[in-house]
Amino acid sequence: MVSSYRGYRAPQGMLSWALHRLTGLGVLLFLFLHIIDIFLVGYGPELFDDLLFIYHHPAFVVGQIALIASVYYHAANGIRIILVDFWSNGYKYERQLFYGAMTVFFIAFIPTATIMIMALLDEL
Amino acid sequence: MQVQFRIERFNPDQDTKPWFGEYTVDVEPTDRVLDALNLIKWRQDGTLTFRRSCAHGVCGSDAMRINGRNRLACKELVRDYGSKITIEPMLGFRVIKDLVVDMEDFFASYRTLQPYLVNDEPPGVGRERLQTPEEREIFDDTTKCIMCGACTTACPITWTNEDFLGPAAIVNAHRFIYDSRDHGANERLDVLNSKSGVWRCRTIFNCTEACPRGIEVTRAIEQIKRTLLTGE
Repeated sequence: MVSSYRGYRAPQGMLSWALHRLTGLGVLLFLFLHIIDIFLVGYGPELFDDLLFIYHHPAFVVGQIALIASVYYHAANGIRIILVDFWSNGYKYERQLFYGAMTVFFIAFIPTATIMIMALLDEL
Repeated sequence: MQVQFRIERFNPDQDTKPWFGEYTVDVEPTDRVLDALNLIKWRQDGTLTFRRSCAHGVCGSDAMRINGRNRLACKELVRDYGSKITIEPMLGFRVIKDLVVDMEDFFASYRTLQPYLVNDEPPGVGRERLQTPEEREIFDDTTKCIMCGACTTACPITWTNEDFLGPAAIVNAHRFIYDSRDHGANERLDVLNSKSGVWRCRTIFNCTEACPRGIEVTRAIEQIKRTLLTGE
């Protein structure tokens, strides 16, 4: 019932959950990729070094910025979910906690993204 | 004021898939969405099908999606929506006709949690089972449920997982689990501790947002989760 997701006008709680799932899946996807590249070290450092150009490709760097965004969001919102789960008054502040998590996200993400984008522009 | 209604229609005897009917009605701004639906049914199209009974937010018959969110049509004023209102049936249930959905599974989930007093002992004093106002207060919020289904069908988990008991069933279990007169808490907690129980809840808060009775649904679910973890 994928269409159901479109059929409901998402309140902020549903948006935060959808983003949490998407970012979680994104990070998991990268983890698989990471496992594969580490596995390739077994075939010798030369092969590993030869394939490093993939990680330096601009498209991949953009992907890494998305990865950092995913990790930051998933971590910040994860703390919010833990607070809602374990703190008996957490439910009252669910919305404020979301805005707090978003603030933490932007404080962490903006400088990181700036550094990564600068490095990417230097390479181009 | 003139209001344009888009209403999702589906008659399984004629239609292969749902379609939207458009109706323009003259209503007072203080009329409720249900009044407008009645006007459409009585004066424009008698085949429009929806449930309603008390029309005062107590029976829980007329839960539906109004502009994309679960609401009771009898509690929503037209003026709060403006001149265009879209009405659709609740999500996740089979549509029987137009806005009427099949709620059999919903009530089946509810019944698995023994939503009644479980206590084989005779009442202590006289014929009553006494409890203090403080003991009553613990589950006061969840006594307000009218079983309209707005919370359960607002939950994204129920749209894709048929086994999940759903917020409404959990709310009604909560009402008895924390009742000092009841002895069935362990059996209910066993069901709620299963794969289709409270752990399917991802604290999305759609249920709390949708509840027309203002029940803090997610709070009740979270309280049960903590009871399962700590035994308190």
